[in-house]
Amino acid sequence: MKLDDVQRIAHLSRLELSQKEAEAVLPQLQAVFSLVEEMQAVNTEGLEPLAHPILFLRELAQPLRVDQVSEHDQRAENMQSAPAQQDGYFLVPKVIE
Amino acid sequence: MSWHNTSVALMAKALAAKEVSSKELTQYFLDRIESEKRWNAFIDVNAHLSLEQANKADSLISNGKSGRLTGIPIAHKDVFVTRGWKTTAASKILAGYQSPFDATVVANLGIPDANNPNGAGMVCLGKTNMDEFAMGSSNENSAYGPALNPWNASCVAGGSSGGSAAAVAAGLAPIATGTDTGGSIRQPAAFCGLTGIKPTYGRVSRYGMIAYASSLDQAGPMGKTAEDCALLLSAMSSHDPRDSTSLSDSGEDYDRYLNQAWQEGNANPAKPLEGLRVGLPREFFADGLAADVAKSVNEAAKLLENLGAKLVEVRLPKTKLSIPVYYVLAPAEASSNLSRFDGVRYGHRASEYKDLGDMYQKSRTEGFGAEVRRRIMIGTYVLCHGYYDAYYLQAQKIRRIIASDFQAAFKECDVILGPVAPDVAWRLGEKSKDPVQMYLEDIYTLSTNLAGLPAMSVPCGFNASNLPIGMQLIGNYFSEARLLQIAHQYQQASDWHMRQASEVA
Repeated sequence: MKLDDVQRIAHLSRLELSQKEAEAVLPQLQAVFSLVEEMQAVNTEGLEPLAHPILFLRELAQPLRVDQVSEHDQRAENMQSAPAQQDGYFLVPKVIE
Repeated sequence: MSWHNTSVALMAKALAAKEVSSKELTQYFLDRIESEKRWNAFIDVNAHLSLEQANKADSLISNGKSGRLTGIPIAHKDVFVTRGWKTTAASKILAGYQSPFDATVVANLGIPDANNPNGAGMVCLGKTNMDEFAMGSSNENSAYGPALNPWNASCVAGGSSGGSAAAVAAGLAPIATGTDTGGSIRQPAAFCGLTGIKPTYGRVSRYGMIAYASSLDQAGPMGKTAEDCALLLSAMSSHDPRDSTSLSDSGEDYDRYLNQAWQEGNANPAKPLEGLRVGLPREFFADGLAADVAKSVNEAAKLLENLGAKLVEVRLPKTKLSIPVYYVLAPAEASSNLSRFDGVRYGHRASEYKDLGDMYQKSRTEGFGAEVRRRIMIGTYVLCHGYYDAYYLQAQKIRRIIASDFQAAFKECDVILGPVAPDVAWRLGEKSKDPVQMYLEDIYTLSTNLAGLPAMSVPCGFNASNLPIGMQLIGNYFSEARLLQIAHQYQQASDWHMRQASEVA
């Protein structure tokens, strides 16, 4: 991992890093990835990835419910923590000119 | 009456016998929270709301509509959303957030109402401190500063459920909820001399529990005794249609075996654990384990043997690899889960920005702490095209080996015993500069989350500086009631769990 990679993944993560911050975080990420490299020594040929512990136990049945309204209107409560709103809508900077 | 030294089980009897009211108990603990603020255990308290709930609990009791936990006060980790109390997951990005609904765990335990007729009737004392978004092993990653260890105020309480652990150990709450993604119930319980259990993945609903790593996160109780944890878990766990990974067979009385012998028909009261095979994984006692921790856990094994159990050696050969596997999978899931924090619908929004993209970026950068940013970046990297197979898929394949190794071990034994952590609580600041050093401390707890198995932390001794040591009991899927039975039998024959934190008034 190089400094360019740090800036690239910071951007993909929608995080901002100054050059100085990127330089500080680089050795920390390098240390994590040298730990992660230990995985490469394990032979996993033919093994299925285990995405979820329940899949180890049983088939995960996709639960389906009846297609009917189960939630009542909570618009005011759902918007009470919005940083900016108007007329019951979330406000964001203009996207289309 | 010093209610803060009383178990939930005894408190419930006193409430039922009308020796005390829920309002009196609640006021008692609210007063202690106020006078013992130095532990930094709580990040939101609202005495008015708590007392209102206590009044409702008292009317349930006087109307004969109470269950066995009605009126008992409880503290909730700030990762559970609550109506009334603010919910922040100890992050600046959620400063001041008010949830429009209660997490299923909070509802299951709370005062029954029209939406929630089966609530257990417990009274919420407030929200406890934690590592930001549950990412950390010391509570030092909280935006509100670390919770301190009631056994030694210059030591960490553990993490991520450090506030819940400090609250119970300091006698500010009789019991608390926690969550455990890689050891976050068990390790702070061990560091603070408490009993805690992480159930089988899927037992407790994750609805309303702010997600860190969804395939690993699981909630559970943290209390003084195995019996208290069994009572709380019985009320916490339920099948929840709003959590697609909630198991359909989740409701259970986890306390049903507590006072029984391991084998049915065993009438020898001196050997209640006869027939139990306890597996000691060689890898859990290898290099890196502090000598005083090893000594206490070995003594605990001896005590179980004296109670009739048979000790056998088992192997968990991939124990060390659970660290890299976890620190690929958990950040990968976190980077996805935390993408919802964008400063649009809730949470922090930067005050100045050029456009929408810049608003996302600045809001997230200002709102997240250093460790959360680091884990988001690690997760983003391992999910990138070109690295996905080598990191993310490889980690998931080793995850399968780790889960299979446990099944091989459970052919030789009924329960696995080892330490919770390689050492006792460390000093504040001692490990916070080097993230990898802190990750290595999770070596004995991560593998059970990767496999989805239930595991407990049980106090089993103290080191020379009077800091608590915890042993870990790991069971097979759905064996919580059996784990609690073993822990309860151990606690009938030992008094480590009864000791009072030395620095608490």
